[in-house]
Amino acid sequence: MTAVTLGRARPAVPRKYLPVLVTGALLAAMFVAGGVRYEGFAHGQVVLNVFIDNAFLLVVAVGMTFVILTGGIDLSVGAVVALSTMIAATLLRAGWPPLPVMALVLAVGATLGLAMGSIIHHFEIQPFIVTLAGMFLARGLCYTIGTDSVPITDPAFTALAQTRIDLVADLWISPSVLIALLVVLAAGYVLHYTRLGRTVYAVGGSEQSAVLMGLPVGRTKIAVYTISGVCSALGGLLLSFYMLSGYGLHAVGMELDAIAAVVIGGTLLTGGSGFVLGTVLGVLVLGLIQTIISFEGTLSSWWTKIFIGLLLFVFILLQRLITARRK
Amino acid sequence: MTRRLLWPLLVLALLLALNVAVNPAFLAVQIKDGHLYGSLVDILRFGAPLILVSLGMTLVIATGGIDLSVGSVVAISGALACLQISQDAGVFTAVAVALALSLALGVWNGFLIAGVGIQPIIATLILMVAGRGLAQLVTDGQIITVNSPSYKLIGGGYLLAVPFSVLLVLAVLAVTAFLTRRLALGMLIESVGGNAEASRLAGIRSRGIVVTVYAFAALCAGIAGLMISSNVSSADGNNAGLWIELDAILAVVIGGTSLAGGRFSLGGTVLGALIIQTLTTTVYSIGVPPETTLLFKALVVAAVCLIQSPAFRAKVFRRRGRPAAEPAPEKKAEVPA
Repeated sequence: MTAVTLGRARPAVPRKYLPVLVTGALLAAMFVAGGVRYEGFAHGQVVLNVFIDNAFLLVVAVGMTFVILTGGIDLSVGAVVALSTMIAATLLRAGWPPLPVMALVLAVGATLGLAMGSIIHHFEIQPFIVTLAGMFLARGLCYTIGTDSVPITDPAFTALAQTRIDLVADLWISPSVLIALLVVLAAGYVLHYTRLGRTVYAVGGSEQSAVLMGLPVGRTKIAVYTISGVCSALGGLLLSFYMLSGYGLHAVGMELDAIAAVVIGGTLLTGGSGFVLGTVLGVLVLGLIQTIISFEGTLSSWWTKIFIGLLLFVFILLQRLITARRK
Repeated sequence: MTRRLLWPLLVLALLLALNVAVNPAFLAVQIKDGHLYGSLVDILRFGAPLILVSLGMTLVIATGGIDLSVGSVVAISGALACLQISQDAGVFTAVAVALALSLALGVWNGFLIAGVGIQPIIATLILMVAGRGLAQLVTDGQIITVNSPSYKLIGGGYLLAVPFSVLLVLAVLAVTAFLTRRLALGMLIESVGGNAEASRLAGIRSRGIVVTVYAFAALCAGIAGLMISSNVSSADGNNAGLWIELDAILAVVIGGTSLAGGRFSLGGTVLGALIIQTLTTTVYSIGVPPETTLLFKALVVAAVCLIQSPAFRAKVFRRRGRPAAEPAPEKKAEVPA
């Protein structure tokens, strides 16, 4: 499907870029509207703050993009994020050095993802159910480790949390943003320039065709859940830099935010079509909604949810129109 | 009983046996103050909202769909009813308004799916996200507390010694079973789930059926929301019915209904919901620390789903037959590029 669209759409305006362009336009419109309406909004640091406050969500959403591109879904991401913060905080408190802790957290995330992917592929159980069980498992592990919030006092972690990387003028970002951007670049490279990435699109376009083409469908499906697991674990590390604590109730409902970001970014939930760049824009839109609501001051926090719901509706409708016209 | 219900029944029996082993008086049901009283009654009473939501979910899943918004509908319905009562409306009016809104939300879901043609999981995701916000908007972010004995009856009261909520569930179950198994509706739902386009060509109004099942699911969720809020005499827009959609989907899957649609088992769903509720009770009664409840749940869910997976049974069976075979042979042949 992707290949066909590529060949046909080259000369005209590539239709597959339309959702991403619309999200980008929306983001720009939101920023301009905010800048006109609120004093101090039209400042580079406001945008950078959105990145700083959502670096962990960005990493998690990138992993989710891989899964959704194959037509699957991963409900366990929020729980894996929480588990990562919990493991990191507990081990650091026990006196482990930071590097082995980070390695172990990433390994745990990869193992969980690998296990879920393997069950989904080998035993043919729906991703929805398997990752749901994974979500219960990871949250359950969190509470088994401890029910209280564990503060992180490790110097390396606090340094990562407080370091400001100065850009031009008085603008700055946190190291987490750099890590998140690196993840985005790596994901973009993998999706568009490697065999694995192209197989991900092929599996999402039509799993049956991919099998008939001789593509390693099973391996790819297991790989995307592993990638999502690693991304969630990394997201968990970034969250523990951000919060400087580990807690079983961190990141409740983050799977929804990640899925919403991916959908707003123009990725089809049926799989096979979408871009990591779209996901980045989706995360930014979600972050900017929160920024606007905090600038507005009088709006209560639940308006965030209502706006996100509305945006989801608009974008899904748009996608529907685009896919309908393609037929 | 069909063979499909065998595994869920076994798991439920096992859980109950585990309880009896720890506490021999577990199965005892007494009458205290004219009310039925005992652990089994508690399981039914606390499980009533989940059973209701799962019943609605069963029909939705039978059409090949899924409804993620039921938890939000639970919150909205409870919030609206409590708001009305706190503003001195009659209980009957409050219940009617809450159920009417739930029904409308269900029709909205159905319209998005059947009318606009959006995938069910996304269409209901919209209401799942926005609905929580709406529920908090209704309660203004507060927890509304009500003091109305007649409203309390719905979730916490007793009628003829039996918990009213259990009677309500039985009534809904009976009506659903009659409509789907004694009339053609059940077959129509299954045919839409099997192949929506083919059933439309066969003369079935598949769109109408789809809208109906989502409206029914939302109505069930609405009633469950009334039960939950009435049981605690308050409405919490943030936490009421949180994650109940996931429990309901689990109950349906444990009950042997395939997520792919095309067939469903109401009895299996009730069993599934009872298993989940019994699991929660078991965790408390056998003294598993409450922190590990979720862990325990994850393991049981994984076990039940694995047992029910034909691929799993085939592989385990094959491996047992040929001990020397390599672990889980790769199914798809890989062609070198």
